[in-house]
Amino acid sequence: MDDSATIAVVGASTAGLAAAGSLRARGFTGRLVMIGEERFRPYDRPPLSKQFLTGQWDSDRLALPGADAPDLDVDWRLGVGATGLDAASRTIGLADGSELRCDGIVLACGASARRLPGTLGVPGIHVLRTLDDAAALRRDLESGPGRVVVVGAGFVGCEVAATCRTRNIAVTLVDPLDVPLQRVFGAAVGAVFADLHRSAGVDVRTGVGVAGFDTDASGRVSRVRLDDGTAPEATVVVVGVGAVANTSWLEGSGLKIDDGIRCDPSCVAAPGIVAVGDVLRWQNPVFDESMRVEHWDHAFASGEHAAGSLLDPANAGPLATVPWFWSDQYDRKIQFAGRIAPGDDMVVVDGSLDEHRFVALFGRAGRLVGVLGMNRPRHVIGLRPRIAEGITFADALAVFA
Amino acid sequence: MKVTVDYDLCESNAICVGIDPETFEIRDDDVMYIIDEHPDASRRAKIEEAVRRCPKQALAIIEE
Ligand SMILES: Cc1cc2nc3c(=O)[nH]c(=O)nc-3n(C[C@H](O)[C@H](O)[C@H](O)COP(=O)(O)OP(=O)(O)OC[C@H]3O[C@@H](n4cnc5c(N)ncnc54)[C@H](O)[C@@H]3O)c2cc1C
Ligand code: SF4
Repeated sequence: MDDSATIAVVGASTAGLAAAGSLRARGFTGRLVMIGEERFRPYDRPPLSKQFLTGQWDSDRLALPGADAPDLDVDWRLGVGATGLDAASRTIGLADGSELRCDGIVLACGASARRLPGTLGVPGIHVLRTLDDAAALRRDLESGPGRVVVVGAGFVGCEVAATCRTRNIAVTLVDPLDVPLQRVFGAAVGAVFADLHRSAGVDVRTGVGVAGFDTDASGRVSRVRLDDGTAPEATVVVVGVGAVANTSWLEGSGLKIDDGIRCDPSCVAAPGIVAVGDVLRWQNPVFDESMRVEHWDHAFASGEHAAGSLLDPANAGPLATVPWFWSDQYDRKIQFAGRIAPGDDMVVVDGSLDEHRFVALFGRAGRLVGVLGMNRPRHVIGLRPRIAEGITFADALAVFA
Repeated sequence: MKVTVDYDLCESNAICVGIDPETFEIRDDDVMYIIDEHPDASRRAKIEEAVRRCPKQALAIIEE
C-alpha cells in the first residue's frame, strides 16, 4: 500500500494502537484513521480494576504511550462509533452519518461487559470495562458504601473484591460455581482463591446464583436476592460475568461472525481486512484450536502480527501464540501461560497451594498445556516458549525434579 | 545505550525476560533484574521489543 492508501482502525484501544504502531514501523506512509467509540485516546484497561480503582492512580496515568508519538501520524475520530461495514467494498459507516472507503481495515473493536437482565440504569449497579465505568464505580466506592456485592468470581470480580478490601470496604463475592475462577483453573486452584479472599475478610458465597435485585424507595439497589433464599445487603453491586465480543455492528457486513470475527490463521477476515485483540477468533496452530483470547498481551501481539498480514498478505504467516496473562489480587501476583480445559492433569511442582505461593503445571494427552504461578513469575515465562515447542508433560515435570 | 527499569512500575511479571533473557532475568527473590545495563548494540532490537511489550511501561532505553 502506498502514500495514497487509507487504512482505518476501528477501536482505539490496546490492540488497535499496537496495530497502528506496527503499520508505521513496517513502513506504511499512507493515511491512518483511528475510529473510537469512547472519547478518550487509547488507555490501559488492566489498572481499571487495580490501581485506578484503589485510588492510587488517576486517569492521566492510564494513557498508553505510543498514542502521542509524532511518527504515528493518526487522524483521530474519537467519540464516534462505526455503525456498519461493507466488507466487499471496504466501506465503513460512522455514527455521524459519514462513510469512509478504505484500502485496509483493522477491526480492533474488543469486547463489552456482559450485563444481567434488569440491571441497566439501576443506580448502584455497575459493570467494569471502560474508564467511564471505572470512574463511576470509584465515585461510589469513595462515598463510603456499607457493602459491595460482587456478582461473578472471574478475574474482574476477584480483582474488584480485592480492591474493595484494600479500601477497607465490606464485600460479598457471589458465584454460581463451587469456587472462584473454577472455569479458568479448576476446583483445586479455585479453592486457593476462595481461601485468599476469605482470609482478607471477603464474604465468599459460592455455589449460589443471583435471583434478582431489590431497590429502595429512590430506586437505588439495596439487596441482592440469591437463589438459596438469602439476600445480602448491597449499597453497591458490581456485575463481573464476562465479556461479549463487539460484533453486533458487523451484521450484514459479509464477515463471518461466530463469538468474535472469524479469521484465517494469519488474522485476515476478508481481503484487506484483519481483526485483532479480544474480538479476533482464529485457528491457533500451537493448540490446533479455534480461539478468542481476552488478555492484554494477546491484544498487543495480535495487533503487531495482523499489521504484517494486512500490508503483505502474500507472506502472512499464522499467529502462533501461547496465551499469557497476569492478575493482581492483594499482594498476590498471578501469571498464567497456556490454554487449559476441565479434566487436564495438574501437578504442583514448586511451593504449595496452602502457602499461596506455587507453580502448577497442567498436562493433557502427555503434553504440557499450561503453567500457573502465584508469586512465582519466573517459571511461567520460562516454560511459555516450551509449550509452543510441544514439550511433553513428563519433560516439563522433570525440569522441577 | 543504557537500559533502565522503574521499580515503582515493574511488577516482575517477566515478559521482558521472555523476550531477551540475555538482558533481563528473574532471580531467586522473584524480582526482575537487568543483567547488563549497558548491553551491546546487537541487542537493541530485542530490548526495544521488551520496552514496547512491557505491560507496565517500566523499561526505558537512554541514549548515551
Ligand atoms: C477491568 C479489566 C481488567 C483487566 N485486567 C487484565 C489483566 O490484569 N491482565 C490481562 O492480561 N488482561 C486484563 N484485561 C483484559 C485486557 O484489558 C483486554 O484483553 C484488552 O483491553 C483488549 O484490547 P482490545 O483493544 O482488543 O479491546 P478493548 O480494550 O475492548 O477496546 C476496544 C475498543 O473499541 C471500541 N469500539 C467497540 N466497538 C466500536 C465501534 N463499532 N466503533 C468504534 N469503536 C468501537 C471500544 O469502545 C473500545 O474502546 C482486563 C480487562 C478489564 C476490563
Ligand atoms: S516486562 Fe515490565 S513489568 Fe514485567 S518484569 Fe519486565 S520490566 Fe517488569
